[in-house]
This record gives sequence, structure tokens and C-alpha cells, in this order.
Amino acid sequence: MAHEIKAHITGTIWKIQVAVGDEVEEDDDFVILESMKMEMPIAAEFDCVVTEIRAAEGDAVEEGQVLLVVEEA
Amino acid sequence: MFNKLLVANRGEIAARIVRTCKRLVSRRSPSTAKPTKRATYPLLADEAYLVGPAHVTQSYLNIERILQIALDTGCDAVHPGYGLLSENGTFVHAVREAGMTFIGPSADVMRLMGDKAAARAFATQAGVPVVPGSQGEINDEDAAVEFAESFGYPVLVKASAGGGGIGMKIARKEKALRKAMQECQRRGESAFGNAGVYLERYVEDPRHIEIQVFGDAHGNVIHLFERECSVQRRHQKVIEESPAPVMAKFPGLRDRMAQAAVDLSKAAKYENAGTIEFIVSPEGEFFFIEMNTRLQVEHPVTELVTGLDLVELQLRVAKGEALPQQSSLHQAGHAIECRIYAEDPDRMFMPQPGHITDYVEPTGEGVRVDSGVRGDWDVTPYYDPMIAKLAVHADSRDAARARMAKALDEFTIGGLTTNRAMHRRLMDDAQFAAGDFHTGWLEEWVKAT
Repeated sequence: MAHEIKAHITGTIWKIQVAVGDEVEEDDDFVILESMKMEMPIAAEFDCVVTEIRAAEGDAVEEGQVLLVVEEA
Repeated sequence: MFNKLLVANRGEIAARIVRTCKRLVSRRSPSTAKPTKRATYPLLADEAYLVGPAHVTQSYLNIERILQIALDTGCDAVHPGYGLLSENGTFVHAVREAGMTFIGPSADVMRLMGDKAAARAFATQAGVPVVPGSQGEINDEDAAVEFAESFGYPVLVKASAGGGGIGMKIARKEKALRKAMQECQRRGESAFGNAGVYLERYVEDPRHIEIQVFGDAHGNVIHLFERECSVQRRHQKVIEESPAPVMAKFPGLRDRMAQAAVDLSKAAKYENAGTIEFIVSPEGEFFFIEMNTRLQVEHPVTELVTGLDLVELQLRVAKGEALPQQSSLHQAGHAIECRIYAEDPDRMFMPQPGHITDYVEPTGEGVRVDSGVRGDWDVTPYYDPMIAKLAVHADSRDAARARMAKALDEFTIGGLTTNRAMHRRLMDDAQFAAGDFHTGWLEEWVKAT
């Protein structure tokens, strides 16, 4: 089943830790957001495979914006 | 005094520095990323210049551009504020090479204290106690694990170039230590361009106490007493006060800590404003952690209890004037400062950028607000979440708490999630009232209440 991974805060994308096709384990980070001088990782809540990446490093993103799409493993 | 001074900063501290300059400097020109007619700091200043886009790497950290503005506009002095370029030795050197006065210490002492591992070694040599830990840097994960196994957990991993709580992690086990090593190296590299780390004993439930120092060109070093900054979240200060409540528990502690701070500053031939940060264990032992070679965010509490203007003192010292005598300085009454952050204490203190609708600051006797925002104002994700510092001064700590509570009630910040209500609850809390807290206390308190 496909899941959308969203930004939980308004900020900028500091790092994208995964690529399309990567298998990601629960608790591993997809993306690290930066807002107000704080790093906030977005981690996998379950084992999954990355199927789509919709943002790039350095992008300004809004809370709720979809950053990537994953398929539950 | 100086003819024209550039404030290489933004927000509340730019406004704060400009206020002192209005009395002392003929003309001044703060630099600003986006000078709108509505921001407080360009409005207060005589001139304001665009330094670049909102992102700091292209604006407030752009040394070349800032120097060019200072030179083109005929400035003879530069005040860096705090954060940004304030502890950047390259910037200090460039300002002085260009023939202007940098308001702050030498580039050499800045580099020494900026390297936390080197600063530890220097403090030890000066006879100032440091937290037991690794001799210099440990940059290999396996070596760190080996060290921690012989030294004992828990350990604190710290980025050599870190500060302000950035690049610092506690590890209680091997797995956590390996993760902390990676994180601190990565954070040190990304934030400060230096991946070096070192390890320290993790002192459980410490208090954060710092001593304000000042040095002049004549070799005098004085201290302006202590500030207690133990109420923190994520190793960053939330409430600061002077005098420190912990001093009542340990007679003679203040004098010993102040003496250590003065000794260290003298050994470093320190000039201008600086802060020596210590942790104090529950048993009353104190250890040097770092020196901040700049004006501190929380300097208002020191100003309120000493009656001095620290920015004025910085300018006078930079001009070659001698400092006042230590014996002429006194700590009068009690001051408390609450940092008003755009963040949600109930959601793990997550930052909350947004739009301020209405904004009304409290006023009255013994109430001071340092801020760089106003109503109908965007708080962006590009800078830190501090939107204002609310400080009060009264005869006693209890009276200061009461005054702070009233001022917090009067403070209107509409449309934005802030920690104002949390501060308000803290002022009535029995444990806070008793001065019974440590650096991890606030995070526990928020979860429990």
C-alpha cells in the first residue's frame, strides 16, 4: 500500500537520506528538515520501499506538503 | 567615541545595540537581510542595507558583502551582536585589516575558545576545573567506545566547534554512543565546518551557571557576577536569572566561580565582553564548559542587577578606555528573563513559524522587553525561534517572579503559538519558586504537568 510522507513542519529540506527504490527500515530517517535552526528528522514508521521523491535538498516546504511516497514492505 | 557603527546582525539584538549607539555613536547603520519599513531595527537605525536573501549563508554570514557595506558607508566600527559572525575569527581579522574597530575580543582568543577541546586544555592549565573527559579529540567511533568503556558511561559527546547546545549528545550505552558520534560529527561539519568531537563525563542533574567577564586593553579583568540559566530545553536556555538561586545553598561558591572566571580570562589576555560557562553538580562542584567570546543573549539580567549598559561598556573598552574597578560593582535586587520562543512546549518544543496578528508588549516599572517583532509580522523558519526577551527586575526573587507573572499576563502575541503560557505557569510553580531545578528539569516538568 502506498503512503505519502509529509513535512510535519514548515521549513527547508536540509538532507534527503534516501533514493527511489531504497528499502527503508522502521526508525531510519528519510529526510532531515530544518526549521528555526533546528534539525528535525522524518523517520519511517514501518519498513517500506521509496517509490517517489517529490522534494529536493534546499527546498522550502510547508507543513503538510508531501515529500515522498513509499510502499509498505 | 565612534563616528559610525555597523551592526552586523538582525532582530532584537540589532535593535538593542542601536539603542545604545543612539546615545554614544554619531551615526550607525545596521545591516539587514530584508529591510522593510516595518522592522524595528532598521527603523531605529539611521541607515539600513540589504545584505542578501533570507538564508543566512547568503546574507548575514557573507563576510565580503558585510565588509563592503561597512566600507562603502564610511563606518569606523562593527558590532557583531551574538550568533552569526560574532565568534568568527576570520571576520574579526577582516574587519581589523580593513581599518575598522571590531567590538569584541581578538581573533586569536576567539579561535582558542571556539575550539572547545583546546579551550578545555587551556582552562586546565589556568587552574580552572573542567569536566573529566577525553584528552583532546576522539574522532574514531571504535576509539570512543573503548574510551567510554574504561571511563564509564554515561558520557557526553560534544562537537569541538559546537555551542549553544548544537552538536551535543548524551550516550548511556555503546549503540547510543556510536549514533551520537555520527550525529555530532555530522552536525559539527554542517554547522561549523569542523567534524572534531570529544567526550566528557555526563554530570547528572547539573545546573548551568555562567560568569559575565570583561577585559580591557590595560590588562584589567572584572566580573559582573553570575547568571543562572538552568531552565533549558534541548540544551538551550529558556529562563535566565541573576543572582543564581543555587548560590544560597553553597556559601562561597559565587566568589570561587567568579575568581576562576577572572583567572581564566586573565590567562587568555581577554579583552571586551565574554562569558565563562560552568556546570555545577548537585554537590556544589563546578566545572568549566566553555567561554563565549561575545555579548550573550541573556545580558539584560546582568544589566538589570548591576545598572550597567554592557553594550556601552563594550564600546568604551574597544575605544581603549579602562574598566570600572571591581569594588565599585554590586549585584542589586533580582532579575529574571524569559525567552519568548515561537514553539509549542506541548509538542516537544517544536518550532512554530507563523504570522503574528496583534502584538502588545507589557510595560511598567522594572519591566524590559527586547524584541525585533511587531504586529502583522511573519516569523519565518529561516532564523531561530526567539521572538522576544521579557526581563523584569525587583527587590527579591519572589517579587521578580510576581512581576514576571503580571508582565506575561499583559503580553499579547496573537496568531502564533509561543511558550508564553508555559512561562506563566512556571512563575507559579512551587519547584521553580524554590529555585529547585537543573538543566533537564524543564523537559521533565512539561511532560509531568
